[in-house]
Amino acid sequence: MQQYSGFGLLKHSLSHHENWQRVWRNPTPKKKYDVIIVGGGGHGLATAYYLAKEHNITNVAVIEKGYLGGGNTARNTTIVRSNYLWDEAAHLYEHAMKLWEGLSQDLNYNVMFSQRGCLNLGHTLQDMRDIERRVNANRLNGIDGEVLDAKQVNEIVPILDCSDNARYPVMGASWQPRAGVARHDAVAWGFARGADMRGVDLIQQTEVVDFIIEDGTVVGVKTDRYGDIKADRVGCVTAGHSGVMAAKAGFELPLESHPLQALVSEPIKPILDTVVMSNHVHGYASQSDKGDLVIGAGIDGYTGYGQRGSYSTIEHTIQAIVEMFPIFSRVRMNRQWGGIVDTCPDACPIISETPVKNLFFNCGWGTGGFKATPGSGNVFAASLAKGEMHELAKPFSMFRFHNGALIDEHGAAGVAH
Amino acid sequence: MFLIYCPHCGEHREEEEFHNHGQAHIARPLDPDSCTDEEWGNYMFFRKNPKGLHHELWVHAAGCRKFFNVTRNTATYEIKEVYKIGEQPKVVE
Repeated sequence: MQQYSGFGLLKHSLSHHENWQRVWRNPTPKKKYDVIIVGGGGHGLATAYYLAKEHNITNVAVIEKGYLGGGNTARNTTIVRSNYLWDEAAHLYEHAMKLWEGLSQDLNYNVMFSQRGCLNLGHTLQDMRDIERRVNANRLNGIDGEVLDAKQVNEIVPILDCSDNARYPVMGASWQPRAGVARHDAVAWGFARGADMRGVDLIQQTEVVDFIIEDGTVVGVKTDRYGDIKADRVGCVTAGHSGVMAAKAGFELPLESHPLQALVSEPIKPILDTVVMSNHVHGYASQSDKGDLVIGAGIDGYTGYGQRGSYSTIEHTIQAIVEMFPIFSRVRMNRQWGGIVDTCPDACPIISETPVKNLFFNCGWGTGGFKATPGSGNVFAASLAKGEMHELAKPFSMFRFHNGALIDEHGAAGVAH
Repeated sequence: MFLIYCPHCGEHREEEEFHNHGQAHIARPLDPDSCTDEEWGNYMFFRKNPKGLHHELWVHAAGCRKFFNVTRNTATYEIKEVYKIGEQPKVVE
């Protein structure tokens, strides 16, 4: 496999860039693997990559019913941050953040990770108290964070309406300078290429229709295109469809699937060089390198698999954006997308063993899975390799809903949902 | 955007007037103190999440503020039936 480099770019320019090799193979699956990953989104591909790279387990297949990174991975608002309140969540997301910081070099693939900082605005006294508490908790966990007042916020984002005329005036914000954005599909492609070049088989357009379970132990999967494929261990990373997959394995997960929407505007000149999020008026925005505003909406209140959201949710989001940034009131929206997110009652993921032996689930990331992609894959790979959960993953067991050890990040972490 | 029929108001109204409260027909354990951790956890947190027909609880939040049940297809969002609290669904398949 070719390593990408500046020199390579120069070399290929001499042949008009017509001789670049394919980024990954399109293999026919073997009869048996050490590990099968169900789902070829960011988290699944990252899991395969770290299995091969850090645990030397390369007899691995990723089985994806669509195409690689064709779901929520490539259709999210790309925000990466780690300013979570509770220790368990903070450690997990900070683990991801540290991997993000060296990811392009590690993958030899430019994921365009840009640490442009993230503001979580406060509009009420209670918001500001929560922000102070969270920033203090972050600092104790070694995560960067500052509490800013409205004047300091306005210096960072001059176009933000910080005046008293706003319906919900900005009183301050938390500021995480190391937060930022990354190019979402490059993340999926980079992990896919890295996994493929280490021998992982990426099987696209193939749906896992059932698990093969013998005496309470998973021994393989049934697929629609290639029949049965055996495996010693199976990791299921199927996001919004995890509940459906769990039902096939004969157990339930405390997940509800909701539509979540994102919007992208027409490209405009650079005007917003950071990420601005507001829980209170409920909208968040950043500007991509291409120039379009990337805007996040809330989830729809009802469960649904329709991959489209309610118009009223878009309306609320746009109201919030125009409230914060009056200058954007004439910007036209280009595209809108609704994906299915699997939300947990405590707004934290499930990275867990299951009632079925050798079957592991990594799901429930809800509205904020993208930021965790490398960390999630890293700890899930370690868990699959050893057959027992990684230290950072242990608190995220699915059995916490029976023993009561919830990690209540709802509204606590600047989670905008 | 879909229209929901409120059985109390007797009218179709816009989705925005309503709030969804998740799965319907969840019975509170009669003797909570005698529940095992598993039974209590299931009652508190585990919800059906079907891709297909789903019986769910809605409230006409910006209208009569009364609760009622809806049978809805979660893949197509088609509403099959609306029925009052205490009644059982007729559409189950």
